[in-house]
Amino acid sequence: MKSDRFCKKLIVMILLFLLAGCMTTQERLLDVETSQVQLRSIQSRVLDTADKEKTMRAVIATLQDLGFMLDRVDYTLGVVTASKSRSDVFQPHAIGSLRMTVTVRQRGEKQLLVRANIEYQLRPVTEPKPYQNFFNSLEKAMFLEAHQIE
Amino acid sequence: MLIARPVSKPLTRLRGSHAATLCCLLLLGGCATVPDLTLSPELLAQRQLQTRRFETNDEQKIIRTCASLLQDTGFTIDESETKLGIITASKRRDATNVAQWIVATLLGVPPDKDQIMKALVITSPVGTSGKQVSVRVTFERIVFDEENRIRKIEALNDPKIYQSFFEKLSKALFLEAHE
Repeated sequence: MKSDRFCKKLIVMILLFLLAGCMTTQERLLDVETSQVQLRSIQSRVLDTADKEKTMRAVIATLQDLGFMLDRVDYTLGVVTASKSRSDVFQPHAIGSLRMTVTVRQRGEKQLLVRANIEYQLRPVTEPKPYQNFFNSLEKAMFLEAHQIE
Repeated sequence: MLIARPVSKPLTRLRGSHAATLCCLLLLGGCATVPDLTLSPELLAQRQLQTRRFETNDEQKIIRTCASLLQDTGFTIDESETKLGIITASKRRDATNVAQWIVATLLGVPPDKDQIMKALVITSPVGTSGKQVSVRVTFERIVFDEENRIRKIEALNDPKIYQSFFEKLSKALFLEAHE
């Protein structure tokens, strides 16, 4: 029957699709499927200030505004790690799903480099939108313009 | 094929197009929409609720008082970075609730057993002259059921919680100043 053959083909296609999604541990460890250079530019912004303390305070305030709870903060390293795992915000089964690390580093004499990494439901977030929104909120918190790195 | 297949019945068999639609829905269902991290009016209202300003330029004193207030209310301090005005604290408490227990039993799911309550305090100097310090506190809880699985994580948004926290903080600051 025609529809029977169609179904079989469909199943084979889906199996292939699922197999293609399989990765080795090494590939997962280094997240090889994403372009590192492109991702870095999505995740980074340069701020025209050398005030690390003010910048870190703004990062922390922005994260708290967005409903994150802080997991780890280190001023010397300039690292802030936070997570948002409220089940009432997202799907009830996706508990402990949204994590974010923000690093603040000196860039030259008068600038700071802010880099954010977002992880959602066991995957790195590679869409530019969440990063843009985060940096927009950060800019507002600091009254400063964040540039894209060249 | 060794397995004998029943004669196909028109009602139970899926047509090709139906199968394709179902598969597409299944695949789409697996894709989680990434939260876009925008500041919704809801989140801004929460900020309003969780923030108070104090007329002082001594941020260190405020953060010390917050730490002792958290300890007074049974929290243990997990993480702190006083240079950036941060304290995180938590406590583990009983979460049993008669109403929830009845509902859970009727539904046949394990009822709530205990919970981790978390607090995050962030202070920062505000105002042009730096004469004020803002304090923001956020509470949330992680509820575990009787099989020790996480059942839910929720923000605590009852205004009363925050009012009473800030009342206590004001009192503690006042007392400390007049000791």
